[in-house]
Amino acid sequence: MTELSQSNTASRSLAAERARKVKAGLRRRHMTEKIFRGLGIAAIVAALGFVALLFTDVLSKGIPAFTQANLHLEVAYDPAIIKLTPAPVREVGQSDAGFEQANLKWRSSLVLLNWNKVLEVAMRKSAPADYDIDTRQLLTIPETNARHILRERYVEDPGLLGKTISIDLVASANVDNWVKGNIDRDLPDAQQQLGADARALTDFFAENGTLTKDFATGIFTNVDSRAAPASAGLAGAFMGSVYMMLVVIILAVPIGVASAIYLEEFAKKSRLTDIIEVNINNLAAVPSIVFGLLGAAVFINFFHLPISAPLVGGMVLTLMTLPTIIIATRAALQSVSPALRQAALGLGASRTQMVFHHVLPVTFPSILTATIIGVAQALGETAPLLLIGMNAFVASVPASPLDQATALPVQIFLWNGNENRNFFEARTSAAIMVLLGLMILLNAIAIFLRTRLERRA
Amino acid sequence: MNSLVVVGLLLVIMGLAYQSGWSRSRNLATPNGIRVHSRPQYHGTLVALWAIIPMLLILALWAYFGGDVIRAFTLAQLPADVAAQTGQDLQATLQRINALASGFGVAGDVQPYEQAAGEALRQFQFTTFLVVIAAAAGTGILALLYARSKITPRLRARNNVEFIIGLLLLACSGIAILTTVGIVASLVTEALRFFTFVNPLDFFFGTVWNPVFSSTEGGAQGQYGLLPLLAGTLMVSLIATLVAVPVGLMTAIYLSQYAPRKLRAIIKPIIEILAGIPTIVYGFFALVTVGPFLASAGDIIGLDIKAASALTAGLVMGIMIIPFISSLSDDILNQVPSSMRDGSYGLGATQSETIRRVLLPAALPGIVGAFLLAISRAIGETMIVVLAAGNSPVLRGTPLEPVSTITISIVNQLTGDTDFAGPQSLVAFALGLTLFVMTLILNVVALYIVRRFREQYE
Repeated sequence: MTELSQSNTASRSLAAERARKVKAGLRRRHMTEKIFRGLGIAAIVAALGFVALLFTDVLSKGIPAFTQANLHLEVAYDPAIIKLTPAPVREVGQSDAGFEQANLKWRSSLVLLNWNKVLEVAMRKSAPADYDIDTRQLLTIPETNARHILRERYVEDPGLLGKTISIDLVASANVDNWVKGNIDRDLPDAQQQLGADARALTDFFAENGTLTKDFATGIFTNVDSRAAPASAGLAGAFMGSVYMMLVVIILAVPIGVASAIYLEEFAKKSRLTDIIEVNINNLAAVPSIVFGLLGAAVFINFFHLPISAPLVGGMVLTLMTLPTIIIATRAALQSVSPALRQAALGLGASRTQMVFHHVLPVTFPSILTATIIGVAQALGETAPLLLIGMNAFVASVPASPLDQATALPVQIFLWNGNENRNFFEARTSAAIMVLLGLMILLNAIAIFLRTRLERRA
Repeated sequence: MNSLVVVGLLLVIMGLAYQSGWSRSRNLATPNGIRVHSRPQYHGTLVALWAIIPMLLILALWAYFGGDVIRAFTLAQLPADVAAQTGQDLQATLQRINALASGFGVAGDVQPYEQAAGEALRQFQFTTFLVVIAAAAGTGILALLYARSKITPRLRARNNVEFIIGLLLLACSGIAILTTVGIVASLVTEALRFFTFVNPLDFFFGTVWNPVFSSTEGGAQGQYGLLPLLAGTLMVSLIATLVAVPVGLMTAIYLSQYAPRKLRAIIKPIIEILAGIPTIVYGFFALVTVGPFLASAGDIIGLDIKAASALTAGLVMGIMIIPFISSLSDDILNQVPSSMRDGSYGLGATQSETIRRVLLPAALPGIVGAFLLAISRAIGETMIVVLAAGNSPVLRGTPLEPVSTITISIVNQLTGDTDFAGPQSLVAFALGLTLFVMTLILNVVALYIVRRFREQYE
């Protein structure tokens, strides 16, 4: 009896011991569970935090660049300063080249006029009477291209001679920095980019309304400029990117879809198609800069296509995006139900008819999405373009895909390298905002079209 | 202007051809109920193809040889002493004459012979353009008439058209192969040219990277040791994977195992935004924000961290790869059969124990594959390192200092350079070849592992 109860208590205490152990272990295990879960949440918070940080950083830096200091001046086209013969008129029987020659001569005499004097007079008119500032310093307030703008106005309308008109001019980058407070106002003169008189005059202009901060339309309408950084804009790079995207769409989409159709619908399983398939998967993972090397060696050096041309850039980007489009299109074709194919074939359609009349229309939404994603990827690509000379400084809007041009991401790269950091950090962020805006727009279009088309299909 | 004319002509002839084939086919069918093999659209398409292909051939020939013909003509117009110029001078003269011919003025005074050559060239360009257009149109119309005359009720037009479509499709998929061939061929030939200047052993095992750019130091070619660049590349990639793998993997685990469906649907796309951001944006972010932040953080704890360093570049590159790792791991975790998970739960394991002891070991090969793909991507990444790694090609052991990578050097050596004469620019191709081979091996291994993993559970 006692033995039994003894063994009973022993086993009971053993069970209690085990329960205690399990319980203790359970607490530990639940703790690990919590920690593990916490790590997961931490990882997600970190990833989301990176997204948030990146966007707030770019936004906070870029938004100020969308406003810019402008000068509103009353400019007098004084005949005492502008002494010029009238523009040449085409004589009868004069050849094209001869007329151009005369025109060039007239224009060069126009350039030699003292337009800075015109500008100076206009600025002194807005300054307090007898304000003591030397001409050199005075002319640091407007952007360096101000005299070109005054001249172009005159070329457009020679009737301005003797008249006074009000013109808006962009203030120089240093003035912009000063007005926006990007420069410490207490720095000694030696470290300031503007002279003391010019700074005081700038503050005066800001008070009397000659200088205001307005929306910087120049970012969108101007081309890049080195001499006049405050009037540097994205128009040239934007058109370059547009041309390249057109080339990508025209080349990559038909070729990509066609090869996907061939591989998925027509090719018999063979050694060759296996090679093509492995090859495409690998091409999709080749670093983009290698495509740049390909472009430099083959398109530029071997075929002698023009350097810095959006056509070549577009071709390089096409080769880069092709695998993306092919892989996505194949996936879309694979997902079409075999019933559809068999129904078409059963009704007597040929293979080609089956593919083009029945299968392809069903996959249209997915192909469209894949295309837009591929184009967005191409739009943001920089590295291969550097190797085919698209980082050249181009101060004009390209008129055709064969002209020299740059692209939005390359423009970001170039501005980022500009030595006037104080001013260009904001400009670069603004350019990034434009680029990201375009990409978001593209993706939004993709999502919108897909939901719409899928509902219809 | 000219290209618009050409495109217009092509379109017009194509339309004419299609219409004539179509109507001919219709006429065959109507009168006495003859059964025509193909439908009129196919006859039309066939005739249009017949007409367009010879035209394209002629235009392509002109596009290829035209430049030479025009150049030869211009040279023939010039006085002997001018035509005897070489190189840059001749090029400049030809450009002036072209500018005169196209009606633009040129700077400076126009020589009489330039004026004459310009006028003659203008005439010649106009005539040749007309001749080429006429030849193309003539052949197109002849081909059209021939193809039209061949239309009979028994002509298997549909099969012919489909055959041509098949050929076109095949040609399109050949472009992918051509691209690879082009990459390999251009990298290998230019790299071989580089190795005629520099011994391959010095390249692959050299520890000094110092390409001398100045052409005035006759014979000075600089030193092209790959090792400092390779070390920099590997260091940056390693830091990137150290950042991306834990965060990416844990994100994938949490989203696929713990998160409610709704949360997952919101968070997943947001994280994937990171994958869509252009790399130049990351580069800017690294240079302007992360670098200075790390440098001042280093000051506080007494470490000398440079703003542009391997750490800065690696950290930001890691952020870029997070979505890549997380979406690949997510796929792979979802492929592990749920019976394994259920078995583990049945034995009383907690969720985290199931994940750590059952799911992850089962998914390990796939995750290793994803890891390799991520490294390959980090190795080939360019813009982040160009902006934020500092470009200092010296062998150093610490990630806190600036480094240089293979991609940085490619950009530095080749940017804006088109004449691949010296080792200074040719080295870019040797570097590119190294990069290509490295990423290719990583990709092939990774894809093989992932494929084996998928087959295991199918």
